[in-house]
Amino acid sequence: MLIKQRLEESFFKILMVISTFFVLGSLLLILGTVLWRGLPALDLAMLTQTPQGGYYLGKEGGILNAILGSLCLAGGATIVAVILSLPIAFYLQLYSVPHFTKDWIRLSLDILWGTPSIVYGAIGFTLMIYLGMRASLLGGIIVLSLLELPIMVRGMEEAVSMVPKALLESSYSLGATRFETAFKVVVRQTLPGLVTAILLAFGRGIGDAASVLFTAGYTDNLPTSLLRPVASLPLAVFFQLGTPFPAVQDRAYAAALVLIVLVLGLSITSRLLSSRFTKNIIR
Amino acid sequence: MSQALPLNTHSSPHLRIQDLNVWYETNHALRGIYAEIPTFGITAIIGPSGCGKTTLLRSLNRLLEEGEGIQVKGQVWLNGVDIYDHVMDLNELRTRVGLLAPKPYPLPLSIYENVAYGRRIHGLDVLDKGNGRNLDRKVEHYLRTAGLWEEVKDRLKAPASALSTGQQQRLCLARALAVEPEILLCDEPTSALDPISAQGIEEQLITLKENTTIVIVTHLLRQASRMADYVIFLWMGELVECGPAKEFFENPKDSRTQAYLMGKIG
Repeated sequence: MLIKQRLEESFFKILMVISTFFVLGSLLLILGTVLWRGLPALDLAMLTQTPQGGYYLGKEGGILNAILGSLCLAGGATIVAVILSLPIAFYLQLYSVPHFTKDWIRLSLDILWGTPSIVYGAIGFTLMIYLGMRASLLGGIIVLSLLELPIMVRGMEEAVSMVPKALLESSYSLGATRFETAFKVVVRQTLPGLVTAILLAFGRGIGDAASVLFTAGYTDNLPTSLLRPVASLPLAVFFQLGTPFPAVQDRAYAAALVLIVLVLGLSITSRLLSSRFTKNIIR
Repeated sequence: MSQALPLNTHSSPHLRIQDLNVWYETNHALRGIYAEIPTFGITAIIGPSGCGKTTLLRSLNRLLEEGEGIQVKGQVWLNGVDIYDHVMDLNELRTRVGLLAPKPYPLPLSIYENVAYGRRIHGLDVLDKGNGRNLDRKVEHYLRTAGLWEEVKDRLKAPASALSTGQQQRLCLARALAVEPEILLCDEPTSALDPISAQGIEEQLITLKENTTIVIVTHLLRQASRMADYVIFLWMGELVECGPAKEFFENPKDSRTQAYLMGKIG
């Protein structure tokens, strides 16, 4: 018996180490490839210029249009998604909603979460044609915010569910409404969790190519209007990888590197910022 | 020990509980409770674990209904108004009937903001300004009343979570008092505290009873006998006996009360 238990223990220990190694290894592989191929191709011009004539043939220019475009798309979509998600998360967690309704809402969100982003893109495109809209920043923001919504709601809901019930009650027993409790107590108490949910959603939004392909379009110009098409980093990667020129393909890796650094940088900054507001959290 | 307060038998009760029944799903937790809680002084609700003490207490500010699967039937009259009437505004009720929980849960704010929170949400801070007082002085006043001022006066901006459990409970007391409740419900308020802090809280409550009605749930008979002016004894969801503390402890009428006080049951 003892030997069997020991074997079990060591078997699972090895399994866990291997799994961890696989995950970390994949991450390192991706980072390594992007750095190895992208870093030499990355120069200041790429970050500060828009594509000039012949950029996609390997001539000069940069991807500033895609960098700013992606920030506008994902930033706008994340703001819209936060405005929609916070009330949903509070509704599900703080208000006495029948179990049936809650389960139904959660199931819908999970199905939305599992829906491939190309489907969002296609439906968004169909609706836009119906409404007579052209591919635009606004269209991209709307579709991306729907893509971000389920991941953000579930993340926020998880954070809010961790608030001790007695903490909510101590606010209620001072005569505070649920609304006051939500925005004055729960938001402060769960800020790190909320920030994580927002970052996860932002990461999904800024990295998605399929949903913005038809709805936001692509352009070599900088984003200037909500109603004009806008470029994005995932599509910049996609288009450059699709060319037959190795120099342009290397630029695709450089664009991917920029995308990763953007997400990483934002993630670190917002965590640092939110940690300044967590000193009051009740544990 | 407890002085004979004139209100115990003569003045009108602050709360009148009338045929109060509570069910958790199908479990009939409180069965037809009739009781009166006198104005001012300390009323202790005592009884063994699971007898419905906390249920009864939490039904008095309707915090009970925050749980799931709970059904309440009956009336609780507060100054002649049934708090279970559908026109009752829950937030107003909870402003007038405060709560001190067993384990202190400060809000995720600074020490100062914890006390100011209630005044801010009810707009009392604006009123303070209009009367030429200010919020700072009110916060100081309630921290002093709760016996915490001297320990925190130099670090009001510090997080409330940095205080010790005993200090946190006094902060919760100050926070509850800051909305000026007429009734303060205390649910085993010393159960998480060390003896010294517990004694501090007891002393504050005894001072407060002069102009606030205090209802305390305790499983400590000695605490009840130290503090209470009036006692309600529950057994298995039923009210067995209630009356002035002196009478209750010295001359209990029901055989279950006698057995409980002697330590034979519960």
